[in-house]
Amino acid sequence: MIISQFVFVPLSAAFLIAIIGRKKENIASTIAMIATAWLFAASIIAFLKLPAADGLIIRNTSGWNAPFTISLVLDNLSSFMLIVISLISLTSAFYALQYINHFTGKWNFFALFMLMVAGMNGVVLTGDFFNLYVFMEISLISAYSLVAFGTEAEELEAAFKYATMGTITSTMILFGIGILYSYTSTLNMADVGLQLQRGGFPKLVFLVYGLFIAGFGLKTALVPFHAWLPDAHPSAPAPISAMLSGVLIKTLGVYAIVRIFFNVFNAPQVVLTIFLLLGTLSIVIGGLLSVVQWDFKRLLGFSSISQIGYVILGFALGTPLGILGGLLHLFYHAIFKSLLFLDSGAVEYATGTRDLRKMGGLSKELKVTSSTSMIGTLAISGIPPFNGFFSKLIIIIACVQAGHIGLGIIAALVSIVTLAYFLKVQKHAFYGVRKSAKIQEKVPFTLKTAMIVLAVLCLVTSIFLIPSIKAVTFEPIEKCVTDRTKYIDKITEDKGFDKNYLDNELSNNTKEYSGSQK
Amino acid sequence: MILYLMSFFLFMVGLYGAIIKRDLIKIILGLGIMGYSVNLFLILVAYRTNALAPILKKGVEISASSMVDPLPQALVLTSIVIELGITALMAALAIRIYEKYDTLDITKIRRLKG
Repeated sequence: MIISQFVFVPLSAAFLIAIIGRKKENIASTIAMIATAWLFAASIIAFLKLPAADGLIIRNTSGWNAPFTISLVLDNLSSFMLIVISLISLTSAFYALQYINHFTGKWNFFALFMLMVAGMNGVVLTGDFFNLYVFMEISLISAYSLVAFGTEAEELEAAFKYATMGTITSTMILFGIGILYSYTSTLNMADVGLQLQRGGFPKLVFLVYGLFIAGFGLKTALVPFHAWLPDAHPSAPAPISAMLSGVLIKTLGVYAIVRIFFNVFNAPQVVLTIFLLLGTLSIVIGGLLSVVQWDFKRLLGFSSISQIGYVILGFALGTPLGILGGLLHLFYHAIFKSLLFLDSGAVEYATGTRDLRKMGGLSKELKVTSSTSMIGTLAISGIPPFNGFFSKLIIIIACVQAGHIGLGIIAALVSIVTLAYFLKVQKHAFYGVRKSAKIQEKVPFTLKTAMIVLAVLCLVTSIFLIPSIKAVTFEPIEKCVTDRTKYIDKITEDKGFDKNYLDNELSNNTKEYSGSQK
Repeated sequence: MILYLMSFFLFMVGLYGAIIKRDLIKIILGLGIMGYSVNLFLILVAYRTNALAPILKKGVEISASSMVDPLPQALVLTSIVIELGITALMAALAIRIYEKYDTLDITKIRRLKG
């Protein structure tokens, strides 16, 4: 299993599209479809192959041994994130095939799309701090450009806002990485964890915690850092909104937080408490602000803030059940939030408006859109047997078990608020009396197919709750998060890791450099 | 130590520029200053007084402790390239915003409710 293909395939697809696409637009979309389908198949194969490789595949780039080189690490958590990313990118790319006909410069869209996928795949695979920063910037730069893709005034404004806030916090993250490097003299994540363990955590590490909480918290859109999301996500074209809300905030935000704070820093209690607070604030404020929105996509944006709060709340509890709930909600939210964004895109495609006050009675004409959005609504508000019910239930039970009964009650109450604002969408958009909006175009084939696939997945993915299936899928992933020593030991005892280096560090003697590579 | 504090001060100057200033171009410059300060910090981490450049020659043996650390220099090169990309993108966005709004003042660019 060559794991560098997850970065290599989308990156080369992006550049191929950029070169060929200008002349032959159809080839551009074909390349994008082939690349996303390839990645989806490869991510499934990687997940199936992991148990045979004892749950960890390492590839050291450029022929040096870790920690002197960038190593790509595939464990269960990375593999799970790869599946989520490639699933949503496959459906979004298929949806975009016909949706993007509204825009000019189709090839630019697919080139940036593949670049964003390459960046996200890199973030989940890398085992190196600086490499994480580089891949994060790759996906963020393409996200900024994609938010501004329509080049209308509002879209440019949203993109500039997003780019300013994103760059400030990315610089903070780089600053934090610099501080970590100055203390541990290494950038390999497992090695940083090991050196901190041996040398003891210095006071300086609290500065790093602060920088990383602000940095990755903004990428996650937790509440004090959320201001960009309700502008940026609705401004992007619908398939990109689905990608941004579905996977980008989870990859750059939640995954990075989990990997760094759980696996490298050993889940410090102070950080978990901060995330518990921020997560709860996000749930409440995101949920309440959604209720007053009249723009369909903007409402979905605020709803994303609220739902990502549930994911962070689950992880911040720190108990195995809470982490399981967080992982499940991450996966399920990626599916139903993408579905709802694709629905809003289809409504906009057909009627030309996003304002709920102008719609009404669309369920007669847009049958597929209306029924799939109903499924999305039921799933996100936690109505059994749809998937959202189970993940929210697990998070609430975990809250109660961990002794935070108040948080459990808040989570349950906001779930009712969620149902309220999504029923508002249903009432004003799909049922009731038509206002000024007119059906201008029919919803094309690829849009319908992508929505139906995701709607079916909303129901089907509930099977991961069956204990025997959960035991082989989600439990190894949960172990990855909780079992920090396993992550560090496995990487540092791998044959690709330079053992002499560790011994040198221990005895602290400086070895004469003899001039040979290996 | 004083140098570290000054690079931190430069970081704060950039942050001030990015947050307080109202002009889009000044915001971009503020972000640039933040980036420079972090690059400076990384170079300071690698610096050693009276150390040699980390270049190996055949037949000449130098110990690792008498060289400056070459890794942060590689990191700084990469981060400069990334900052170039972001600055170019943001300048392009600022030009397009100017075409649409006829101003670079962010208090007047407020069509989003946000």
